[in-house]
Amino acid sequence: MGFISTARVKSPWIMHFETGSCNGCAIEVFAALTPVYDLERFGILNTGNPKHADIMLVTGCVSFRAGRVLRNLYHQMPGPKAVVAIGVCALTGGIFHDCYNLAPGVDKVIPVDVYVPGCAARPEAIIAGTVMALDRLAGKAGPPNIAPGEPRRGLEEGRVVEIAPGNSDK
Amino acid sequence: MPGRTVIPFGPQHPVFPEPLQLRLTMEEERVIDAVPALGYMHRGIEQLAQTKDYAQNVFLMERVCGICSFMHALCYCQSVESLLGIEAPPRARFMRTIQAELGRLQSHYLWLGLVADACGFESLFMQAWRNREMIMDCQEAVSGSRVTISTCAIGGCRRDWDDGVLQELTRRLDDVERSMDAIAPVFFEDPLVKQRTVGAGIITKQEATLLGAVGPVARASGIVEDMRRLGYAAYDELDFKPVVETSCDSYARMIVRLRETFQAINLIRQALKKMPAGEVLNKWKGTPEGEAISRVEQPRGELMYYIRSNGGKNPERLRIRTPTLSNIPSLVKMLKGSRLSDVPVIALSIDSCISCTER
Repeated sequence: MGFISTARVKSPWIMHFETGSCNGCAIEVFAALTPVYDLERFGILNTGNPKHADIMLVTGCVSFRAGRVLRNLYHQMPGPKAVVAIGVCALTGGIFHDCYNLAPGVDKVIPVDVYVPGCAARPEAIIAGTVMALDRLAGKAGPPNIAPGEPRRGLEEGRVVEIAPGNSDK
Repeated sequence: MPGRTVIPFGPQHPVFPEPLQLRLTMEEERVIDAVPALGYMHRGIEQLAQTKDYAQNVFLMERVCGICSFMHALCYCQSVESLLGIEAPPRARFMRTIQAELGRLQSHYLWLGLVADACGFESLFMQAWRNREMIMDCQEAVSGSRVTISTCAIGGCRRDWDDGVLQELTRRLDDVERSMDAIAPVFFEDPLVKQRTVGAGIITKQEATLLGAVGPVARASGIVEDMRRLGYAAYDELDFKPVVETSCDSYARMIVRLRETFQAINLIRQALKKMPAGEVLNKWKGTPEGEAISRVEQPRGELMYYIRSNGGKNPERLRIRTPTLSNIPSLVKMLKGSRLSDVPVIALSIDSCISCTER
């Protein structure tokens, strides 16, 4: 590995985006960054700017309006990039699966590398998930997961599925 | 006349943990108008609640908001209890009070950390969240979970606490209070925090009344209003006065919340002393009919649940009125005329909870 790719794995910057769950996982992401759990000891820094970020932590079931923002943010991140879906809502929609305003699962909208289950996911699990996402930055991971059953259009690397009410699997 | 520009503040912004957009119309550095754009977190919980039965809805209501999850479950359970015509046993009412105050403590500490971060005071943010973890440990000691604790049930509380839990809670409360004593003077007196908050986002008592402000926003403008005085759970047996400040700015709102954390510790201690023995869960049967309203004081203000039933298995209609929605008109008023650099602190000062508001 070259110098830049080595450095990237040693100090990845994360960005957190909440797409419409109960907030429980969002505050656990903050808790993971603060002194008791201290995600920053891995050289990880929280940033608000997608153009500086290497790993995106997504919490929550994806409401249609937030899904468009999520897709924009994903496109603004420079590669190589990793996405960690946190909480059962981000995995499958969880308790909100039958709600009318959401795509059940982040992988319906953008490719996902690591899934962290839990309601709410504990900070220890979030740290483990973030560390697993480093494989993607090191170039050791396989292709990211995209939801099955979606139309083939837009499923290639770097492109994502159009999010619209008629396109979800309900 | 200088030209006007529109700056979109959010939906993804470092000071907001949740997506909220404020479209700010600027004239140079001054905010002329602010238009909040909601709907990023809307899931449709009220509609989903109509398809689940009363006991299942407790878990759904907890997930309206992860920060004040216990309050939502409490308010929902109270409204169903009044619909059924039953009451929680005395011990359960005290347990509910203790958990509600623990929730208020952690919510206020979460906010204090965020406002320190918005002021640019990184180490204070970290210290506030270190203290919050001690409160989370208390919450975990009594319920076994950190965020959505699922201890409230229709007719009381799900599980009783033994003496070991109560002793552990009493012991940990001393540690929490000691750590709070260490950090509170920084919020009260630090020149950096004061420079960012004093005089920022002023809303007078009259304006706050007209715009329907609730909770700490109203109390920081001198309005004596606290739903806990209704005497739900065990609050009628505890001794407390609403915390009121009169300087109407972001600093006052911070001080109200800071003083409420000490009040919460005091209330938990009182409740632990007066807690009676006995049952914690009243059994109930059947399907209720009619309509009921319940109000509780959330960390952010007044929360109201309206429930209507036609005797079926599921509620016919469930309506939630959350405090942040009442405070957004006040936020728009506060932002007008402020500088762009003050917008993060002012926008945080109402302690907006978007996942409650949009559901």
